[in-house]
Amino acid sequence: MEHFRNPRNQGSMDNPDAVGQEGNPTCGDVMKIYLRIKDNRIEDIKFETLGCAAAIAVSSAATELAKGKTLEEALAMNKDDIVNDLGGLPAPKIHCSMLGVDALHSAIKDYQNKKSL
Amino acid sequence: MRKVYFDHSATTPVDKKVLEAMMPYFSDTYGNATSIHSFGLDAAKGLDIARTQMAKFLNCSETEVIFTSGATESDNLAIKGFIKAIKKQGIKNPHVITSIVEHDAVLEPFMELEAEGVEVDHVKVLPNGVVDVEDFKKKLKDNTVLVSIMHVNSEVGAVMPIREIGKTIKKHNESREREWKKLSVKERGERPQKAYFHVDATQGVNFFKQDVKWNYVDMLSMSGHKIYGPKGVGALYCQKDVPMESLQRGGHQEWNKRSGTINVTGIVGLGAAVEQLDEKTLEKDNKKIAKLRDKLVDGVLEKIPDVVLNTDRENATPAHAHFSFKGCEGEAVLMSLDIEGIAVSTGSACASGSLKASHVLIAMGIKKEIAHNSIRFSLGKHNTEEEIEYLLEKLPPIIEKIRKMNPIYNT
Repeated sequence: MEHFRNPRNQGSMDNPDAVGQEGNPTCGDVMKIYLRIKDNRIEDIKFETLGCAAAIAVSSAATELAKGKTLEEALAMNKDDIVNDLGGLPAPKIHCSMLGVDALHSAIKDYQNKKSL
Repeated sequence: MRKVYFDHSATTPVDKKVLEAMMPYFSDTYGNATSIHSFGLDAAKGLDIARTQMAKFLNCSETEVIFTSGATESDNLAIKGFIKAIKKQGIKNPHVITSIVEHDAVLEPFMELEAEGVEVDHVKVLPNGVVDVEDFKKKLKDNTVLVSIMHVNSEVGAVMPIREIGKTIKKHNESREREWKKLSVKERGERPQKAYFHVDATQGVNFFKQDVKWNYVDMLSMSGHKIYGPKGVGALYCQKDVPMESLQRGGHQEWNKRSGTINVTGIVGLGAAVEQLDEKTLEKDNKKIAKLRDKLVDGVLEKIPDVVLNTDRENATPAHAHFSFKGCEGEAVLMSLDIEGIAVSTGSACASGSLKASHVLIAMGIKKEIAHNSIRFSLGKHNTEEEIEYLLEKLPPIIEKIRKMNPIYNT
């Protein structure tokens, strides 16, 4: 609830190193994650989310957890980490936590793809 | 914290007068209304008073009122109890008609029957949510045995042309009977099967007179808690010639159509609640509520850009205001308003436990991504102008904040 009232890391980012977006407006949820990466570590992270209260709380918790982690550590994060951090989520909302992980992972992959080019 | 309630379609508070009427039936007059000693007879008196109140309200006979646990049970009994009876009479291929925007308490019993071989047709709605009568007329067939249409749609508040539909069914029945009578006795065969008309009036009772004869209705479902009465009690009006088989077996109460110990306290409350819905009071309350609703709608449309009003005020109850705030998931708006003490509802995705957009809004031709952005305000007789002003102060910054978070809004 606190993450919904006062979401952390909410907003967009100028010249991010990577961006990941997951979800579909026809399902009601879209999550976009911006990353600034330095020495293989997530230095800064921002999110923008269209979604229900749980989706917003998940975005906030996911960005807070990921901040400061190495890319490998962030890739190892799963939905349970976010759900536990939030102190649990009602069953119908579990898909929201998956969206948070998916958006984070897709942002990291975006970074890795760019680097390997 | 300030508390403002704009969710009267979900439920209403119990009126003081209703509560007063109910109080003696908890611990003083507690007899079982079917017992024949004085305790039972005293309770039965309360039951009889409520039945008379209901009969007067519906313009029917007392024996045509079946008390139930609420509108969901009434709908299930009306649909499944009727089909059960019809099948017992030997009708092999019954056809039924309902609308695409009914409550699940109607849609799901029909789904169950469809799986058992009953032919089910769904009437379309117009873009304002009102049932398309022309489409209905096309779907009416010789083997139609039941038509079930709601009086008021709970989401957008659309009022359905109940009387016109009832009249159409009556004419259909009469013309088939006439054709049949023209035939010689040898040619006749079986008498044509009548089509009966069921109305789920749950959301309409609070605003409109429910005269079953005037509206040509054969069965009508309603519940107590939508009309400032208690939860857990409702009624089914069932015209005396309608085939009906009970769904639950046991103590043979309610003319053997609904077994189960009679909920005297609740029923007394239901009676007291309808007693207050006389034409004069309805007119006065409707006027007051409509004024507040218009203030709300005009205020929202003026203060917030990019909003769609899904309630067609010309064809809706005075209490409904249903909006889509583009770029804002409905539940995020609901939760943000709740933090300010304001209660509203959303028919969309997460709130209802399923992730599907509202079937009602989709049926009205509203795109899925917009349907997810919906919020329903349903006002009641205790709301005030000041409460509307409080909402109009709190809502615009909430919408702005949520839109700011949205990665695909305005980009």
